[in-house]
Amino acid sequence: MVNAELVNGQTMQSQEREVDHPSSLVARFDKDQPLKLDCGVDLAPFQIAYQTYGTLNAERTNAILVCHALTMDQHMANVHPVTGKPGGWLAMIGPGQPIDTDRFFVICPNVIGGCMGSTGPASTNPDTGKPWGLDFPIVTIPDMVRAQAMLLDRLGIDTLFAVVGGSMGGMQVLQWCVAYPQRVFSALPIACATRHSAQNIAFHELGRQAVMADPDWQQGRYFERGTHPHRGLGVARMAAHITYLSDAALHRKFGRRMQDRDLPTFSFDADFQVESYLRHQGSSFVERFDANSYLYLTRAMDYFDIAADHDGVLAKAFRGTRTRFCVVSFTSDWLFPTAESRAVVHALNAGGARVSFAEIETDKGHDAFLLDVPEFIDIARAFLQSAAAARGLTSSGT
Amino acid sequence: MTLPEPTLPLNGATPFNPADHRGDHLLVAEMVPPGSRVLDVGCGDGDLLQLLERRGVDGRGIELSREGVNHCVAKGLAVVQGDADTDLDAYPDDAFDYVILSQTLQATRQPKAVLENLLRIGHRAIVSFPNFGFWKMRLQLLVGGHMPRTDNLPATWYDTPNIHFCTIKDFVQLCDEINVKMERAVALDLYGRPLRLNAPWWFWNLFGEQGVFLLSRRGKER
Repeated sequence: MVNAELVNGQTMQSQEREVDHPSSLVARFDKDQPLKLDCGVDLAPFQIAYQTYGTLNAERTNAILVCHALTMDQHMANVHPVTGKPGGWLAMIGPGQPIDTDRFFVICPNVIGGCMGSTGPASTNPDTGKPWGLDFPIVTIPDMVRAQAMLLDRLGIDTLFAVVGGSMGGMQVLQWCVAYPQRVFSALPIACATRHSAQNIAFHELGRQAVMADPDWQQGRYFERGTHPHRGLGVARMAAHITYLSDAALHRKFGRRMQDRDLPTFSFDADFQVESYLRHQGSSFVERFDANSYLYLTRAMDYFDIAADHDGVLAKAFRGTRTRFCVVSFTSDWLFPTAESRAVVHALNAGGARVSFAEIETDKGHDAFLLDVPEFIDIARAFLQSAAAARGLTSSGT
Repeated sequence: MTLPEPTLPLNGATPFNPADHRGDHLLVAEMVPPGSRVLDVGCGDGDLLQLLERRGVDGRGIELSREGVNHCVAKGLAVVQGDADTDLDAYPDDAFDYVILSQTLQATRQPKAVLENLLRIGHRAIVSFPNFGFWKMRLQLLVGGHMPRTDNLPATWYDTPNIHFCTIKDFVQLCDEINVKMERAVALDLYGRPLRLNAPWWFWNLFGEQGVFLLSRRGKER
């Protein structure tokens, strides 16, 4: 259980400020430029918050779009304005990293439905002056990508040199390649799938039910009621966090070791280190993430199924693509196991796409894509460098 | 703005020098006309695939080892980590003009099924393999009384990945059995040089260190 007293109120207030007035760059779209959502609603006005790193070259050919995972945001390579922690993907993005900010122009937007400045359920509904809450329309992965395409139009970038992302970010990468194949020169989808499996939907439902079972959730109106579903969201995060790791990783990190004690207390205290770790994961998460946003984004992943939109045949979605692909999976990832990535590769092969694929050996589970796993970083670097050569990008990036 | 035509990764960057390449690779590369779509099964570090792409071939690869895949990706090649025994099934019929199996047949679990798959996926297949009927092999078994080891096949019997050795004669019989047409056959000597063309099969089987075969489906040639 997440202890409400441990939750840092100041951090939460700064998160709430980021929702409407983020410390990132913001692209605002007025009523005449609605985002056409899959659920049939035209969302307008709306805004996309984004971070950029590096410099766009004169030909506008060196842009890389980085799509973030479920509970991450646009602060990939800078200090996070809410938590004060280092950027979320420093192993991948930065000077000299695979996504080399000395060479490429890197764009990291917050997804639509998120809570770090792009319009989502925590944003103020212009019609009521109150947070959207559950009145916010359901968004999908294709909606997120559509909004990103509008952002790129605004920035005057026609073609992306690369689209990169892991997990939910990888889903966006694949959706980019299906929806706008002519705008994507190369794609690096990592630890992801073209559809969410039944087991993953089940885990998400568990998380949502935990949020909604918290009396402080107040049918999603917790902002107006002055409450916050810390406990529910914390439990959701604890359950989800287990799925991001692996049995071996948990054993290596914690084993059965006790937390600051030698003997069991014969109570339900966090006797074990792993319990203490999970509780910390839960309580730190609720300070920086909006509970309703968690419901919406998990739903978007559940609905994702590229093949379903193409007569059930995945290969049809990628037919005729000229994008260069590099698909990566991890041996101990049980959330998006290698079989899911192989299905993507087979579909791409069937369409004659230029695809590379590697399964990386690691015990770090799904989270491996965010960590400094040398074999993974090497292959990402090799892929982006060779693609840059094929795109005619010089190493200076200008 | 749309994307330009995909350019080959090392287009014109390095002048072609035959001395940089293995004899069997040069022979295989010469069998594939420019502009063809090619799948190299068991492509290793991508040397053959890179040679083919430099000659204007649109190439793809499958490789079992991640190190191999990484080397290939670094060379700008499109290579998928996979296993010839299990992953060829996922490729559609007639997806490629040529499917190459270079020095890999003897390491597959089901060489016959793999061979059939090659000719389902590709209009033609190019298969090269070490000839276990080579005189040095025979001599080691006959005189030495131990499993043969050569410079090209240095592994001991207990740690070799090669589980299905065959001779050129065996391979020709298999091709007949599964109704495969041999369009071209070449035996290479110990130094990767082709043996003389008009030699009889028994001569090739004895003096060929490896065999290279260009195959197609009987009755289905285009």
